[in-house]
Amino acid sequence: MKRVALIFLLTGCLSSLHAQYPDGKQLLDRIDRNMSSENRVFTSTMVINGRRATHTIKMKTWTAGEKKSFTEYLYPVREQGTKMLKLENQLWIYSPSTDRIIQIAGHMLRQSVMGSDLSYEDLMEDSRLTDRYSAVVTGTEEVNGRDCWVIDLKAFVPEITYQGMKLWVDRERNIPLREEMYAKSGTLLKRTELSDVERIGNRWYPRRILFRDMLKDGKGTEFIIEEIEFNVPIPDYIFSKASLKK
Amino acid sequence: MLAFRLALRNLLGAGLRTWLNVIVLSFSFIIIIWTKGLLEGWDRQARNDMISWEVGGGQYWHSEYDPYDPFTLTDSHGQVPAGLEAGVTDGSLVPLLITQGSVYPRGMMHAVLIKGIPPQQKVIELPTAYLEAGEGDVCAIIGEAMAESTGLKEGDYVTVRWRDRNGTFDATEVKIAAVFKTTVPTVDVGQIWLPLDKLQEMMLMPGEATLLIRGPEAGPPPVADPWVFRDQDFLLSDIETIIKAKGSVGLIIWGILLMMAMLAVFDTQVLSIFRRQKEIGTYVALGMTKSQVVGLFTLEGAMNSVLAAIVGALYGIPLLLVQAVKGIKIPLSSSDFGIAMAERLYPVYSLWLIGGTVAIVLLVTTAVSYWPSRRIAKMSPTEALRGRVQ
Repeated sequence: MKRVALIFLLTGCLSSLHAQYPDGKQLLDRIDRNMSSENRVFTSTMVINGRRATHTIKMKTWTAGEKKSFTEYLYPVREQGTKMLKLENQLWIYSPSTDRIIQIAGHMLRQSVMGSDLSYEDLMEDSRLTDRYSAVVTGTEEVNGRDCWVIDLKAFVPEITYQGMKLWVDRERNIPLREEMYAKSGTLLKRTELSDVERIGNRWYPRRILFRDMLKDGKGTEFIIEEIEFNVPIPDYIFSKASLKK
Repeated sequence: MLAFRLALRNLLGAGLRTWLNVIVLSFSFIIIIWTKGLLEGWDRQARNDMISWEVGGGQYWHSEYDPYDPFTLTDSHGQVPAGLEAGVTDGSLVPLLITQGSVYPRGMMHAVLIKGIPPQQKVIELPTAYLEAGEGDVCAIIGEAMAESTGLKEGDYVTVRWRDRNGTFDATEVKIAAVFKTTVPTVDVGQIWLPLDKLQEMMLMPGEATLLIRGPEAGPPPVADPWVFRDQDFLLSDIETIIKAKGSVGLIIWGILLMMAMLAVFDTQVLSIFRRQKEIGTYVALGMTKSQVVGLFTLEGAMNSVLAAIVGALYGIPLLLVQAVKGIKIPLSSSDFGIAMAERLYPVYSLWLIGGTVAIVLLVTTAVSYWPSRRIAKMSPTEALRGRVQ
């Protein structure tokens, strides 16, 4: 009888503890409201810390959801004018040195962008977490002096890059400050640290993201947002092949 | 016969000049036979090694498979066609599943092709028996070139990362069960071999393959639409092209040598006709026709190549024979070269090669000897007898 009472007590304690945590789905929705948008236009700098050298690439990107994206390289000089257009699962790259447009198969989207820790998918897609993951808040932790919810994410769609993720979400601003991406086997593959969170319009957004491939040594790839605008009108011609040669 | 004896006597009578020509010409003989023999030996060795290690008796490719485009690997896999299942069961066909991935030795990332092969296969020489699972480990084998570039050795554990058929990342640790030595870089460089069933499980592709290798002694290939059968000639065409390209470089070298030898013969002929005008006049005065005298001088020139063949045989046969038996050590490894190449190449000298080379040199020397000799036909016999320069 005592044992049963003890079990009830423990269960009660645990459920009251969980009751203090927000609902995972709602939290994801709040994150999406900060991180995702119908469209966005941003100028960014990518610092690729290689084993021997560091490369810096500056680019301007126009993105509309998951399906349309257009990027123009602004720096370095040898890459200047290179443009990439992604429509659905197809990617076209225009190189000014050859003045040719090359169509690349969808699989290319999974490849690394110029030796960075980001794939074309990572760089050019803006997808909502709620469309792909279910979430459970498992605890609280402090990241960079901010109180965070710790959330475990599990994919409910089969065609997804990372089946599992773990997020540390700023409790006040509903923005992830750290993300960990896991393989199906549970191996930690990638970690991102999001910082310099600023209020942009009616949302919080990180200006600096550090991507690290956890299976290899190195300082990772830094992604710095210099300018960003959300939900601004983007003319249709931007997402057309004609704009590649303009 | 008279012309032959005269020609031989004249030739030997010329002394050092003849022997210099003969030696240079004999070098051409030996170099031609040696380079051609080396390429022939390389071709034979490369063909044999590629058949033993990779090509087998031909391959069935999935219709989407293109070995030159790694991006096609995502789509180039499927169930083994019904008509070929029996071959897979009896071991005469070896299914291979290929995908892209990465390995992470010592904190570095290396892009690799992950290849799945049945451990019990006997069709190709890969030591796949090492892939038999050992106490919970996923066993892998790699070639020496791969081991060198990644720093991996037998017994090491390394993380392998890949994407399954849905594009989802997965990773696991594998144990390097063996490092094999091969002369075929296309089964070695940038590749890691895993048990087929394990890779199928990792990729969520049960029973699927990218290609099937046939045993070398299998009969005519059954049709297996939409899979495409690639025969040995198709699969070895790249190496043939490369060897032919290398052969053309050899051709240039021996062309230069032959030209030098021919210049010497030509020069000697011109000099002979200039210096031996009285002799030419005497031949005509004794009743030889001009064309017979032209024939005599041409024969003299052509006999240089006969003597060269004899002299070349004297020192060339032992030299080439030693190389054919002991082989020639190649300083570069096959991975440096990018194509199948053994550490030691054994030249192959066929009768066709030797006979053909002798015939070519003889023909060219005769032509070169005839060219200046034509002048004799225009000579006035009386002027020639007086020894006047014409």
